[in-house]
Amino acid sequence: MSTETAILTEAITTSKPPADHARKVSFRIWRGDKEAGAFVEYTVNVTEGMVLLDCVHRIQAEQASDLACRWNCKAGKCGSCSAEINGKPSLMCMTRMDTLPPDKVVTVEPMRSFPLIRDLVTDVSWNFRVKKTIKPFKPRKPDNADGSWTMFQQDIDRVQEFRKCIECFLCQDVCHVIRDHHKEDEFIGPRFLMYTAALEMHPLDTEDRVGDLKNRDGIGYCNITKCCTKVCPEHIGITDNAIIPMKERVVDEFYDPITRLFRIFKGKK
Amino acid sequence: MSFTDQYIVHEHDVLVIGAGGAGLRAAIEASAAGVKVGVICKSLLGKAHTVMAEGGMAAAMGNVDDRDNWEVHFADTMRGGQYLNNPIMVEHHAKEAPARVLELESWGAVFDRTKEGKILQRNFGGHRYPRLAHVGDRTGLELIRTLQDHGIHQGMEVFMEMTVVSLLTTGGRISGVLGYDRERGRMHVWKAKAVILATGGIGKSFRITSNSWEGTGDGHALAYEAGAELMDMEFVQFHPTGMVWPPSVRGILVTEGVRGEGGVLRNSEGKRFMFDDIPDAYRNQVAKDEEEGWKYVCGDKNANRPPELLTRDHVARCINREIKAGRGSPHGGVYLDIGWIKEKMPNASAHIQRKLPSMYHQFKQLAGVDITAEAMEVGPTTHYVMGGVAVDGHTQMSCVPGLFAAGEVTAGLHGANRLGGNSLSDLIVFGKLAGEHAAKFVKEHGAVEVDQAQVEAHTRAIMAPFDRPHGENPYGIQQDLQNTMQDLVGIVRVQGEMELALAKIEEYKARLKNVGVIGHREYNPGWHTAIDLPCMLTVSESITRSALDRKESRGAQFRDDYPEKSAECSTFNLVAKKAPDGSMQVTRRPLLQMRDDLKAVIEKMK
Repeated sequence: MSTETAILTEAITTSKPPADHARKVSFRIWRGDKEAGAFVEYTVNVTEGMVLLDCVHRIQAEQASDLACRWNCKAGKCGSCSAEINGKPSLMCMTRMDTLPPDKVVTVEPMRSFPLIRDLVTDVSWNFRVKKTIKPFKPRKPDNADGSWTMFQQDIDRVQEFRKCIECFLCQDVCHVIRDHHKEDEFIGPRFLMYTAALEMHPLDTEDRVGDLKNRDGIGYCNITKCCTKVCPEHIGITDNAIIPMKERVVDEFYDPITRLFRIFKGKK
Repeated sequence: MSFTDQYIVHEHDVLVIGAGGAGLRAAIEASAAGVKVGVICKSLLGKAHTVMAEGGMAAAMGNVDDRDNWEVHFADTMRGGQYLNNPIMVEHHAKEAPARVLELESWGAVFDRTKEGKILQRNFGGHRYPRLAHVGDRTGLELIRTLQDHGIHQGMEVFMEMTVVSLLTTGGRISGVLGYDRERGRMHVWKAKAVILATGGIGKSFRITSNSWEGTGDGHALAYEAGAELMDMEFVQFHPTGMVWPPSVRGILVTEGVRGEGGVLRNSEGKRFMFDDIPDAYRNQVAKDEEEGWKYVCGDKNANRPPELLTRDHVARCINREIKAGRGSPHGGVYLDIGWIKEKMPNASAHIQRKLPSMYHQFKQLAGVDITAEAMEVGPTTHYVMGGVAVDGHTQMSCVPGLFAAGEVTAGLHGANRLGGNSLSDLIVFGKLAGEHAAKFVKEHGAVEVDQAQVEAHTRAIMAPFDRPHGENPYGIQQDLQNTMQDLVGIVRVQGEMELALAKIEEYKARLKNVGVIGHREYNPGWHTAIDLPCMLTVSESITRSALDRKESRGAQFRDDYPEKSAECSTFNLVAKKAPDGSMQVTRRPLLQMRDDLKAVIEKMK
């Protein structure tokens, strides 16, 4: 849980309604497509334990069967139901209604950084195109005769942390380089900086992606505001554990005077 | 308007429907064979239900216990499936799984490790030795991400958020498929020389399920309509441990890994009730007391497994019995306790969070329960269907030439009950086999023309709900069907209730003719539900008819009116097929004969 949510949760615990007590909650949900749209109000009976996605489903089933919303697992594992809830990028399936301020209208909008398809659904295809440009995993030769490798748990803990990513793209949505400055052509975003870090830190990998990070992927645009880390539903240390170490590798390789000298002598570009 | 104005037409050699583990593995294999491959995903790439798999994939690598080998895995799987499995598939699976797991590592997967730096393996129900390669409790995510990240560089064309509504056949052979895209509601025709179904399961036909909205049995129904056979449909796995509270998360999976790591089941009286009922087939494999069970969890090779690690069908029934007898938890489940291991080890809380991070997170965030300190409330949830498209065990091809299948949509590997962990290995072993043989098929056979009249008839049918804006809401029928299947064809079955279910299914079919949707074709979930409904009805009917005809209790099927196994029923599989008059016919097919050497393996492992 992020600090903000934690504070929010604590603040409203005292005013939590009694168990099994249904209360009416009003929602402002964005309805529309590329051309036009507006917030539409819906009211739903909310009972204990419900998450925001349940409310959206209830609206679909009872009031607006054509309300578009993307979702799959409803357990925080697939990363499909990303949206902006009261302005905060979140997963709808992991947002419990009793963590939102009671007696206030709940605003639900699509992720703002991506082109709108309809209602709460956005076009996230840019992310899939970006991933394809990153050099794939290239392992060293197997260590053992049976084709296996020897790796120790302490050497893979960090990579496993990054591989928890469920590709909800909330980090991409919140990143100001994409959201405000639209640098999609020059910057791959926190998700793919971390994806690159996972490959670079993989004990078996032999590929070199540091040059790409600097020259093509725009790692320099990240000024470490850590918004991505704050919204990550998997609580991955995106900035501290992935992006900063990659920035350090870029610095070591391209800006360290001694390394530069070596490069000149060795004739590397 | 001409055909090409009305439809977006694509052309592939091999078209894979479904992008979970089986579909992606099949697509990778077919691409490697040098044919043109397309993959249709019902959702975005990487979101398929495989991500929900938690505990691990079974492969007899022997990294933790070197007594393990393919023969033990073979015997365990046959025993778990109560000998209705296809032995050819079980043999291939047991022999191939270790190589398929290592292959994932060569594509970038990062499994948890043993102290010696090998792939770590954990205990699971029905597996004699620790056999499940895993990554904490998010193994499915690791599997799908590895296949996805490798697959996108292999040349396959990926179609996201598209749904197939019909398989096209010409002269009895597969010629392509018809579908729509969610974004705009446009109709697409994919011409293909071979089609691989990898569409997963059917859980959405039931009210309480671990499956997402996608699990509507599309592949089962598509195959059935195209003339293929559905086998073993009566065997629906109710996973013993789904969440029961709060109501909105009811059914969400709680991994068997919790029990693999030492979690125990208790009733409201605090009793470990699993010790009370041990099936004969497992009598000499179960711990005599709690102490021995714990030793097994800790890796003592001389100890037998705790009864919580018996097969899923049995554990689910025991839980059901406790709840019915009034010994359940406040919200209608039983208690699953992993926090108790703090009596046995220091730092238990950190250990649990490391071994079961998503369970910890899921309960903390959705139920407000800290599993390191409190017991979870759990109960059975519809999880998996053992039945599916009948295929040739050597090639994965159905009786429709050019139509292949892999993964959950297929029957044969799991028989009457699937062992945990055998599904993920199923995906990669048989995904590969299907991809290989589909590619071979297209190299040996030319293309066939798509029948345009067939395409147009199917299109008219799926557009019809728009002509009835005041027709019945599709969600109403879906809910009624889910209640019917849950209440009348669920974990305990009797003839009268199932006959009532069949009558209700007929009623829903009639109501479906009057279903209406509002809005337009762009990303319209009401319309999509209307299109999914016929698939759910076909699947539900095949489950019910098969369950009625199997007058015995075996594996996942428990009949209150026939509570014992019958010798007669141990000789056949049930096969549902569409008759020429359009009705569903269920017939008995004698079991595939097992080779003598495989019989000898089973004897040796008894």
